[in-house]
Amino acid sequence: MLEVKNLKTQIDTSEGIVQAVDGVSFTVRAGETLGIVGESGSGKSVLANSIMQLNPNPPTFYPEGEILFEGSNLLKLSEKQLRKIRGNEIGMIFQDPMSSLNPVFKVGAQLVEAILTHQKMSRKNAKARAIELLKDVGIPDAESRMDDYPHHFSGGMRQRVLIAIALAGNPKLLIADEPTTALDVTIQAQILELMKGIQEKYGTAIILISHDLGVISQMAEKVLVMYSGRIVEKGSVNDIFYRTSMPYTWSLLRSLPRLDGVAHERLISIEGQPPNLVSPPKGCNFHPRCPFATEKCLEIDPELMPRKEGHWVACILTEQEFEAEKERLESADREGVL
Amino acid sequence: MLQYTIRRLFSIIPVMLIVSVIVFLIVHLTPGNPAYLILGEDGSPEAIAQLEEQLGLDKSMAIQFVDWIKNILVGDLGQSIYSSEPVIQVIMERVGPTFSLMITAMSLTLIIAIPTAVFIVWRRNTILDPLFTSASLLGASIPEFWFAMLLVLGLGVAVPIFPVAGYVPIDVGLGDWIYHLILPAFVLASVEIGLIARMLRDGMLESVNQDYTKTARAKGVRESVVLMKHVLSNALIPTTTVIGVMIAGLLGGTVIIETIFTIPGIGQLLIDSIHRRDYPVIQGVVLFIAVVYVFVNLLIDLLYAFLDPRIRYD
Amino acid sequence: MFKKKRNLISASLLLLFTVATITASWWLPVLPSEMDSAKRLIGPSADHWFGTDHFGRDILAQTVVAARVSLVVGLSVALISTVLGTITGLIAGYYKRADFVIMRIIDGMLAFPSLLLALALVAALGGSVSNIIIALSFSFWPVMTRIVRSAVLQINSIQYVEAAKTSGIGDLVILFRYVLPNVLSPIIVQGTFIFAKAILAEAALSFLGVGVEPSTPTWGNMLQEAQIYISIAPWFSIFPGIAIVITVLTLNILGDGLRDSFDPHAKGKVNRKKGRLKKQINVA
Repeated sequence: MLEVKNLKTQIDTSEGIVQAVDGVSFTVRAGETLGIVGESGSGKSVLANSIMQLNPNPPTFYPEGEILFEGSNLLKLSEKQLRKIRGNEIGMIFQDPMSSLNPVFKVGAQLVEAILTHQKMSRKNAKARAIELLKDVGIPDAESRMDDYPHHFSGGMRQRVLIAIALAGNPKLLIADEPTTALDVTIQAQILELMKGIQEKYGTAIILISHDLGVISQMAEKVLVMYSGRIVEKGSVNDIFYRTSMPYTWSLLRSLPRLDGVAHERLISIEGQPPNLVSPPKGCNFHPRCPFATEKCLEIDPELMPRKEGHWVACILTEQEFEAEKERLESADREGVL
Repeated sequence: MLQYTIRRLFSIIPVMLIVSVIVFLIVHLTPGNPAYLILGEDGSPEAIAQLEEQLGLDKSMAIQFVDWIKNILVGDLGQSIYSSEPVIQVIMERVGPTFSLMITAMSLTLIIAIPTAVFIVWRRNTILDPLFTSASLLGASIPEFWFAMLLVLGLGVAVPIFPVAGYVPIDVGLGDWIYHLILPAFVLASVEIGLIARMLRDGMLESVNQDYTKTARAKGVRESVVLMKHVLSNALIPTTTVIGVMIAGLLGGTVIIETIFTIPGIGQLLIDSIHRRDYPVIQGVVLFIAVVYVFVNLLIDLLYAFLDPRIRYD
Repeated sequence: MFKKKRNLISASLLLLFTVATITASWWLPVLPSEMDSAKRLIGPSADHWFGTDHFGRDILAQTVVAARVSLVVGLSVALISTVLGTITGLIAGYYKRADFVIMRIIDGMLAFPSLLLALALVAALGGSVSNIIIALSFSFWPVMTRIVRSAVLQINSIQYVEAAKTSGIGDLVILFRYVLPNVLSPIIVQGTFIFAKAILAEAALSFLGVGVEPSTPTWGNMLQEAQIYISIAPWFSIFPGIAIVITVLTLNILGDGLRDSFDPHAKGKVNRKKGRLKKQINVA
């Protein structure tokens, strides 16, 4: 349904051109959930906004690549054609529900706007549909809440409203950019539950962007791991969480608090900062922070290569080399505890 | 909202008190004896004494102040020394032209400033935006009386399209009324147009990349609607307070404009009265303008609270 | 980079104007007061670049000399209202009780459009350079107080000020050593704008005939006299006006530039969108 081919997104900042998304390719099939995971600054939000070209333009440009949605290249569409896709074929929800609703309009009006933008119907019918949508996303007392303003809603309730807005056009694809990051843990679970329910009910495909591995593992079937604008590993949830052979993914997983009894004295975090995207390091972008790094990593910039069926990794280490080194690091971790 | 309104109404009291003290002091700041200054060297001692009594200068400051407050509370602003008419009547005769000028200038300002700001923000990534910023800086640097002189020179003398002097009351003819007002109102508005458009532009640029505009764009709403509806509505609310600033500018500017275009409004009355040392009228006009301004600000604050749902429902 | 250059250029221009008007008697070919009845209201020529006025005086010389009053009034008003406004603003922002009283007075004074307040004061005091300075300083003082006060209120809650308060350092020391340096930038910016506004206001008052004595050459006085001759001698009206515009514009550009360089997130900054975007990328 959605096929992204070699997408490059550049941002023209005052310090130079940033390769925010650098040659990314992936596909999403109808009804499936794709998770995109990475640290802050890995380019995952820019990627999410690139699909419907919601990055401010200029300074954002899309010099290369294709975004094929049901056969048509979204990057080649006119503004008018693109508007028919936005909110209608593809819905999107954002990170911060507190600021994503316009504070001066009633919630109902904002939902009705989403409906009337794409569907020809009377205002009355649109209101009825809006109430239906609010009920659908689990807002109690939907009818009376239509006339409330966003500041009357809690964060979780606002995110539900935003999901309702995204669903207004019965989209085939829902892009959720860190939908639960700004919410409390209990609310997070409810929102994820809601998204799963919607997917089951309407067969909507979901692209879920998160820095939270827990959220990704719970929701996604396929996962992309992003680092400095590139995909460094892609595969099924199991490939990523149990069979990774990519040092960056391994580091991310290692930094998770563990519940399997092997307690760490302290949380392990990945040392250092994500690279400067204006002048990225030579060789592999991750090598300055990589515990597995060898001299070869300073020279070779690894490409994303298939390892097994559907499992792709961008690292020069072979699986055997990786496993051996991993064994050593993990035993060191254990010794650190004992 | 009700609570806010009441609180805001009460806040007027200290403001009005300070205003009346300042206006009262105008006479008393004058070095020397005002009565002597008014009548000049050929005033007889009796005449001076009589004027002193009329102005209440023979009593102590405190008593004078209390008397003065009592009088203004019942609408008695004293008597003009020049024409011997009650000050309030003198002012009321001159209010029509000033308000006509103000309303025309205000409408011109908003009609020009709002679309300009929207257009600039719509084309924000072009050369237009820095050009506009520079132009508004230049606009704030031109004395309005000089701009008026240039316009009189250009449109009144070189290419006589508009009358450069005089005022025609609205009941004589709507067309004639507006025809005589266009040029002075445009000069009066010119300074404010740049100011208001600049503030609106700043406000809109603040909100143009806010998350809620992204939500609107993701809905498939066209960019013009995003700007006109979502961005402008958020930018306009803080701009209502700017309208207060605008009205202050217009009230100050009207004094200059009325003098240049010989419009018989309260601005011209003020200048004439300063030249005539007609203190009661000076005090009356200054007080009148301040009171109008205080109430306009009150209305604006209430409007602001009404427009912003975050305040309206608290 | 560009901003720094802009500030430097506008500041040097101002300095140049000041030096030019002070040293005018050394380099001007004609005396500003020299009358020549044979040469009344003559248009711009090689002898008189800006033309002559109704007394046959050289308008260029007059315009240059008139800058003295404008610059003196502007600078004095800027300094006086800034110093007064800073003191009251610091007190209001720092002491809760004084705040109430001061702000009520400020609100009352802000109820007058500033030109009107100046007019009323000049009407009472009488027109002269020093009275104009007093009247204008008084009318610009409330705005300065407000700006300083709100800056102080922001600083007040910052930890090191809190820490200084609890450590028992005297209020005066806290105010001048900790608070004042941190509110200097809005003060300087606003002071520059007041400089510009005061020049405009002085010109307007003189033009209305309630400002500086008509015998003193000021831009406002010149334009007041030029008004009657506007159709027969437009140069008489045009050149002094251009002098005002250039001086005030230079000050406004300086104020705008200073604001931008003090506060990188100031509204209307040319580079603001890019700056913001960079931040977004970092957190994305």
